[in-house]
Amino acid sequence: MFSSPEPAGFLPLDQLHALVARLMQLGYQCLGPAVENDAIVMRELDAPDGLPRGLQAEQAPGRYRLTTDPQHRYFAWANGPQAIKPQAFAPQESLWRVERDAAGMLQFEAVVPNAPAQAIIGVRACDLAALALQDAHFLREGRRDPHYAKRREQLFLVAVQCAEPGATCFCASTGDGPTPTAGYDLALAELPDGFVAVSGSAKGAAVLSALNLSAANAQQVDAVRQQGQAAAAAQTRSLPGRTLRDALMSRLEHPRWDEVASRCLACGNCTAVCPTCFCHAEIDGPALDGEASRHERIWDSCFGESHGHLHGFNVRPDIRSRYRQWLTHKLATWHDQFGRSGCVGCGRCIAWCPVGIDLTEEVAALTGSGVSHE
Amino acid sequence: MNTPKADPIKPRVAVHKFSSCDGCQLAFLNLGEDLLTLAGRVELVHFAEAGPLDPDTDVDVAFVEGSVSTAEDLERIQHIRQHSGLLIAIGACATSGGIQGLRNGVFGENWVTQIYSHPEAIASLERSTPISSHVKVDFELWGCPVSGPQMLAVVNSLLLGVTPRDNADKVCTECKRRGYPCIMVTRGIACMGPVTRAGCGALCPSLGRDCYGCYGPAENANTGALAVQFRSQGLSPEAVVQRFQSINSQAPVFLAAADRIRIKSHD
Amino acid sequence: MSQGIDAGPPHAATVVARTQESPTIFTLQLRLDDAATQAAYRFAPGQFNMLYLYGVGEVPISIMSDPEERDVIGHTIRAQGRVTQGLAALQPGDQVGLRGPFGRGWPLQEVSGCDVVLVTGGLGCAPVVSVIRYVLRRRERFGKLVIIQGVKHAEDLIWREQYDRWATLPDTQVLVAASEGAAFWPWHVGRVTELFGLANFDPDCAVAMMCGPEGMMHAAADSLLARGLPESRLYLSMERNMQCAVGRCGHCQIGGAFVCRDGPVFNWGEVKALLAHRGF
Repeated sequence: MFSSPEPAGFLPLDQLHALVARLMQLGYQCLGPAVENDAIVMRELDAPDGLPRGLQAEQAPGRYRLTTDPQHRYFAWANGPQAIKPQAFAPQESLWRVERDAAGMLQFEAVVPNAPAQAIIGVRACDLAALALQDAHFLREGRRDPHYAKRREQLFLVAVQCAEPGATCFCASTGDGPTPTAGYDLALAELPDGFVAVSGSAKGAAVLSALNLSAANAQQVDAVRQQGQAAAAAQTRSLPGRTLRDALMSRLEHPRWDEVASRCLACGNCTAVCPTCFCHAEIDGPALDGEASRHERIWDSCFGESHGHLHGFNVRPDIRSRYRQWLTHKLATWHDQFGRSGCVGCGRCIAWCPVGIDLTEEVAALTGSGVSHE
Repeated sequence: MNTPKADPIKPRVAVHKFSSCDGCQLAFLNLGEDLLTLAGRVELVHFAEAGPLDPDTDVDVAFVEGSVSTAEDLERIQHIRQHSGLLIAIGACATSGGIQGLRNGVFGENWVTQIYSHPEAIASLERSTPISSHVKVDFELWGCPVSGPQMLAVVNSLLLGVTPRDNADKVCTECKRRGYPCIMVTRGIACMGPVTRAGCGALCPSLGRDCYGCYGPAENANTGALAVQFRSQGLSPEAVVQRFQSINSQAPVFLAAADRIRIKSHD
Repeated sequence: MSQGIDAGPPHAATVVARTQESPTIFTLQLRLDDAATQAAYRFAPGQFNMLYLYGVGEVPISIMSDPEERDVIGHTIRAQGRVTQGLAALQPGDQVGLRGPFGRGWPLQEVSGCDVVLVTGGLGCAPVVSVIRYVLRRRERFGKLVIIQGVKHAEDLIWREQYDRWATLPDTQVLVAASEGAAFWPWHVGRVTELFGLANFDPDCAVAMMCGPEGMMHAAADSLLARGLPESRLYLSMERNMQCAVGRCGHCQIGGAFVCRDGPVFNWGEVKALLAHRGF
């Protein structure tokens, strides 16, 4: 299934805690699904058997409602507002600090993040694809971001095959899911009586071998394959399979931009939940006594005023130009920067938009390719 | 703390009160130890809530809380402007007219006689107005009340000799940085965050509550789109109007949003 | 390009001289406090530094000094925003932080033997002044030098004596326009675009470099291309919001390019399509 060269193991349902226990034993702070503000978020587990069962959420444009999985599975939920991004690309962190020494002279020093070793349990194929893009950006050859790098190398990723995609999901059309194929340390696929498990890294292999799993049998492996196919087939939204670069860049004055701008709140929620968005602002936090200052970066959004701010004028003063910047960057000019689209089909921007703007619908309207969901 | 300062002259600071509840002055006082650190770097010459009283003296920086609501206020704000280097309006009253601005346009004699046992003691102007309606304001700090960290950032900027950083982004930006899932999406709650100025640290959403707009309108606030969403969440036109007509009812963007809904629902 | 001091925190630098160029424009000559770092510092005209004002923040400023000047790094700045207003108050002896140099500079190697046409508007002249000085110091390497400068008001023209002096040099043409003139204004009153026709250069062997408001650069490009200058020889320096300067924070993107990293100097062909649309 997960295109692993190694044979898959089988982790019985009642042994899931053994995996978490092993990770805790290795010193990982384990993050898993939890409920906060009626959404599934990743929070620290306090015990090996702390993973909740039966959580599910119904997703639609601008709508996310917790439900219960009748089959009482561990991972029958599609995704919550965040998975990996805040752990590698921190929403707010200090980059360096400066202080006045005894002679009143400025002394600069780098701030190294104190990133704990973290295992995130339940990340999805879309999240892994997005992480690969964040890696490409923050760990670019010759220009590694030390803060991102430090957090990133501390991560242990336990991926899960999506069996129940949300109505907002379209990873099958972007080629990024629903079955994880790369980027994980361990990948699990949940079946009624347990998990088919494979490793994707040396770290992951060591954890698996410590669990002494029996090999998954052919029926189990086949069930996982079928589950992946069914999850892909169940997706009701899609983006066109072709590159949208030219289609969008040739429609920069399309009337649809005005139409979507009339609905868009420019709140930036889409960019915050988007697992590939990387924009950040740099601000200073001077200490009250006047003797030191911290230079910090915080998540920023192309929907904010300050993003295009220049003295004398704003490059993007209105919502129309901000929405257009977001969509054309994500789906068009991202190709120039990273050799692929910046969308991994997670559907978060659709579900978490307070007014339910649907990226797939906007693309269809802009490119005339027809609304692509039933 | 012991290093020599390039400029040992401490700026003289006054905190003035107009029509208000004192909550913004309390935001200063609630800074506790930070206020003491700060007090070492400025000379607080007038701050009634904290002690020093010298309202008429010349200052480098005057913080003004409250709206202009009485005839006496009208004169006093001119006096303060003339005696202040920089004038900084703090809080919803000073920046938009505040909660008392709800009386604007509906304030009649019969209200006063109905509410007060000694109506002859009431000498209010017909309208409650922000400081900027009367004098030049150098910087506005929105919020009901303003937050301590915001106040510190402003004072710090002034001590560094620069304009404070103006953050007119939406509450959502702070909400998402802090990792709070959007309650408009998870619970269908009518939250004002998408049109409201940041600065509070998304205090209400952090408690699972909707933002009620106490920091006033953000830049590019698409109130029309939010009103449409509130209606589809089941709010009546009157309820939507009330969302915009609260703490900052007289802020032009919120006033216009409410007026548009009133006109529409009468069509 | 050069091995800059751009990764990680800024380096402390001291103001060694300050010149008030106009009511709002000033020049800071900076020297890195660490002598070895200063000695190793190299840049190309058109590149920029991030200057850090203690407790306030960083701002991108193009370098206007000559790359051969090894003991100071010059920056001409307009006091406009929080950081630049604060920088304006600095005096010799005060410290700032400095990271840089960043980005791609002007294609001065390609210009050899050809005419150089410089078109600037407003403070756009700062990055281009470093080119003027570069050319003048290596005069034999270049053909004619054409300096076209437009300002809104006559009083906005800084370095007026230098323009006067440049105008007297052989093979050098200086064309200056102010939309609003003033007493004793010796140059053109009107739009700078009205002067393009007077520019004396050989379109078959010339390179044009532009810096300033985008509307003006558009008009200049139209005019220069109409005179027969090939697009491949037309360059411009872009201004965008830059916070990290290393292609990371995302603010300066124009299409797929990060202006701080892939620019600020671009060939006209690289950005002309997006410059036609407001919002990029």
